[in-house]
Amino acid sequence: MFGYYLELALRSLKRSPGLTVLMVLAIGFGVAASMTTYAVFRGVSGDPIPWKSSKLFVPRIDMWGPSDSGHVGEPPDALDYTDAMALMRDHRAKLQSAIYLIAPSVIPTGAGRSPIPVDGYAVYGEFFPMLDVPFLYGSGWSADEDAHQAAVAVIGDKLNQQVFGGGNSVGKTIDIEGKDYRVIGVLADWNPQPIFYDVLDTGGYGGGDGPGIFVPFQRALAVNMANSGVNLCRAEPTESGFVGLQHSNCIWIAFMAELDGAGAVQSYRQYLDDYAREQQAAGRFSWSPNNRLFDVPAYLEHEHVVPSDTKVSLLVALGLLIVCLVNTVGLLLAKFLRRSGEIGVRRALGASRRAIYAQFLTEAGMIGAGGGVLGLVLTGVGVLGVGVVLPARLADLARIDPSLLMLTVLVAVVATMLAGLYPTFRASRVQPAWQLKTN
Amino acid sequence: MTLHPILAALRKHKAGVVLIALQIALTLAIVCNAIFIIQQRVDMVRRPTGLNEDNLFLVTQQWVDAPDGDNPAGLEKLDSMQQADLATLRNLPDVASVSPIRSLPLLLSGSVGGVALKPLQQKAMVDANFFYGDEHMLSTLGLRLVAGRDFTAADVKHKGFRDDSEPVLTIITKSLADRLFPHGDAVGKVIYFDSSSTPTTVVGVVARLQSPVDPGENALAWNSVMFPVRQDANFARYVLRAKPGRLVQAMNAVTPALYAANPMRVLDDRSVRSFADIRARAYRADVGMAILMSVICLILLAVTAAGIVGLTSFWVGQRRRQIGVRRALGARKVDILHYFQLENLLIAGIGAVIGILLAVGLNLWLITRFEMDRMPVIYVAVGVLAVLALGQAAVFVPARRASNVPPVVATHAA
Repeated sequence: MFGYYLELALRSLKRSPGLTVLMVLAIGFGVAASMTTYAVFRGVSGDPIPWKSSKLFVPRIDMWGPSDSGHVGEPPDALDYTDAMALMRDHRAKLQSAIYLIAPSVIPTGAGRSPIPVDGYAVYGEFFPMLDVPFLYGSGWSADEDAHQAAVAVIGDKLNQQVFGGGNSVGKTIDIEGKDYRVIGVLADWNPQPIFYDVLDTGGYGGGDGPGIFVPFQRALAVNMANSGVNLCRAEPTESGFVGLQHSNCIWIAFMAELDGAGAVQSYRQYLDDYAREQQAAGRFSWSPNNRLFDVPAYLEHEHVVPSDTKVSLLVALGLLIVCLVNTVGLLLAKFLRRSGEIGVRRALGASRRAIYAQFLTEAGMIGAGGGVLGLVLTGVGVLGVGVVLPARLADLARIDPSLLMLTVLVAVVATMLAGLYPTFRASRVQPAWQLKTN
Repeated sequence: MTLHPILAALRKHKAGVVLIALQIALTLAIVCNAIFIIQQRVDMVRRPTGLNEDNLFLVTQQWVDAPDGDNPAGLEKLDSMQQADLATLRNLPDVASVSPIRSLPLLLSGSVGGVALKPLQQKAMVDANFFYGDEHMLSTLGLRLVAGRDFTAADVKHKGFRDDSEPVLTIITKSLADRLFPHGDAVGKVIYFDSSSTPTTVVGVVARLQSPVDPGENALAWNSVMFPVRQDANFARYVLRAKPGRLVQAMNAVTPALYAANPMRVLDDRSVRSFADIRARAYRADVGMAILMSVICLILLAVTAAGIVGLTSFWVGQRRRQIGVRRALGARKVDILHYFQLENLLIAGIGAVIGILLAVGLNLWLITRFEMDRMPVIYVAVGVLAVLALGQAAVFVPARRASNVPPVVATHAA
């Protein structure tokens, strides 16, 4: 029977090509616009580390107090040196790392090769297992190497290509800012977006290949490798230079801790409050503890990482899809009711209402499938077009993948069949006797 | 023509009428909100920075194995390297003027600090963007001095990049001057930066200088201060003004000249950027969003128009005999045309009324949810006129086909 309905639908669609084309176009454009903006939205709002995001936490300590003008009741957006080091020393989380942005030059061996500017991070060894950073070769460094300020480095694969021509470079020596480091690991492709471990410096998104180099935090401090990211000060540092920054209450250090289970989270909160109370007792804070502990999704939400623009444009595109559906309801209604005579004959010959439903929903589904195919093509064009108009750091995140393609067709067919329900209902209500009489 | 027959006929097509009206209402609500958002973006992107942007470009470079700027000897060495670069750049034939600079408007990186009228104030009165450069800074940037004087060569000091000691002289923007000194007498007054005890004297006021940090419209946007200070670090930025019409030549000459003067540095393909490029990059997301929304709006309007054409065509087809009867009874072609046009106006009018409510509701929701501004009434008014015009344009073709139905159709069997 389904085959017969398909044939009927095809015949009916051919009979009024204008109307058919109109409906297919409306569905196609509506679905494509929604799917294109959805692809962007999905890209920028994705969970960067879905298997672990609920276990990774960002602590915030209010070291500036309630008199700070910029933040109403909220602790500052990063840690100062004192607090970051205290949290590292106390080591109350399963894994943890203080993090700051560095931008050293790497000097390749061989004469006549110009230095390579690289972005990277000074971190603790636990950074790598905590964020499940994938390695091509080697691994991160140990707590022991952290403590001894070892001259070791983890490099990205691009830098590995540039300096060593690729391959397993573990054990080789790399010149960073004029000092020799032993390569201890080479990263596989790793650039999660949003950049949840450093929102302050990146705003959440960075194109390119991700961080190119990692060195031990204490080592970077020892060789005076300055913070190349944001530092925010409430009062000027009393000493100048990078050391002055370390002695100030300026904020410039990101921090991440892994906490397994509600109990661990609760006791870490307690620990932060105890710490702040201690600082209060010591006279450093003149206010009661005001701390936060965000897991990764809550943190990204708190920092407004997803541009509200993408949400608004998704809404506008969904609005367009709804208008397209209303439009399709109208056109299908016109199309189906025009065939009242045919319906009357079928009903008089014994077709049940169910059969009428099946027939017309098949036709609606067919228009949906047509719209879906058109939508696929237009979504492809749209996602490519987004790359032309949006900044690369956002546009690169919008990808066409099988799930998006399937969703496009599914949305088109289901939406059109939903739109076809009312017209089909009206068609099935056609009184056979009345139609036979007037025709 | 009376409305009565139209209303009577519409009552027979309730579903169709409701659908067209609903479609027009939704279209109106979405389009006028979207156009409001687009307009805001366009307004934002069009704001002048205060610079004379033509022929302006920026050079960012990093020294390799640079001396440590945190000790005095290293600082002097870094400053002499910077001075040498400035001399090299000034000697380029296509360059009109050069200044060292910490940042430029729209560069999305820069330094911000607090300003107060009293020393050692823990809470700054207002935040401001800090610009550092030499006596050529104002002229190179093309800023308009509205009061006081420009920096002179004697004013210019140099200090380490991380040296936060306060400069003694400053030029501030009019927006900041008005905020700090509402009586308009900023020149000669003393202000304090970053809760320090060091007084800084205002020597001049410029009309406008946009924030380098955030291109949005916020408290920081127009509050800027300039210091006569060359900052010494392992990197340096220079702002250059090319001679009129020589921008490309000047930009191309920079990298070879700097490498020839001192090869121990890093310049990559993004080191020399025209201001036009900096501007385009800063606003790319805003312009992109405006284009995306415009495209969606156009599709929306086209779909709505197509829907009206489709349904009206169907109604014309359905009513051919009635039209024939009316024509046979003496109605002119134009009467039939007007009938369908009036019918559409009626439906679109109902849709527009609902649409106004939806548009305002949507705007209010966006305000609470996305911190959007209140939409001026004019957008709704123009939107209403636009959807009514769209309806009339869409109905014209099927209505004319209706008016061409010959009277003889009345005699045909149904």
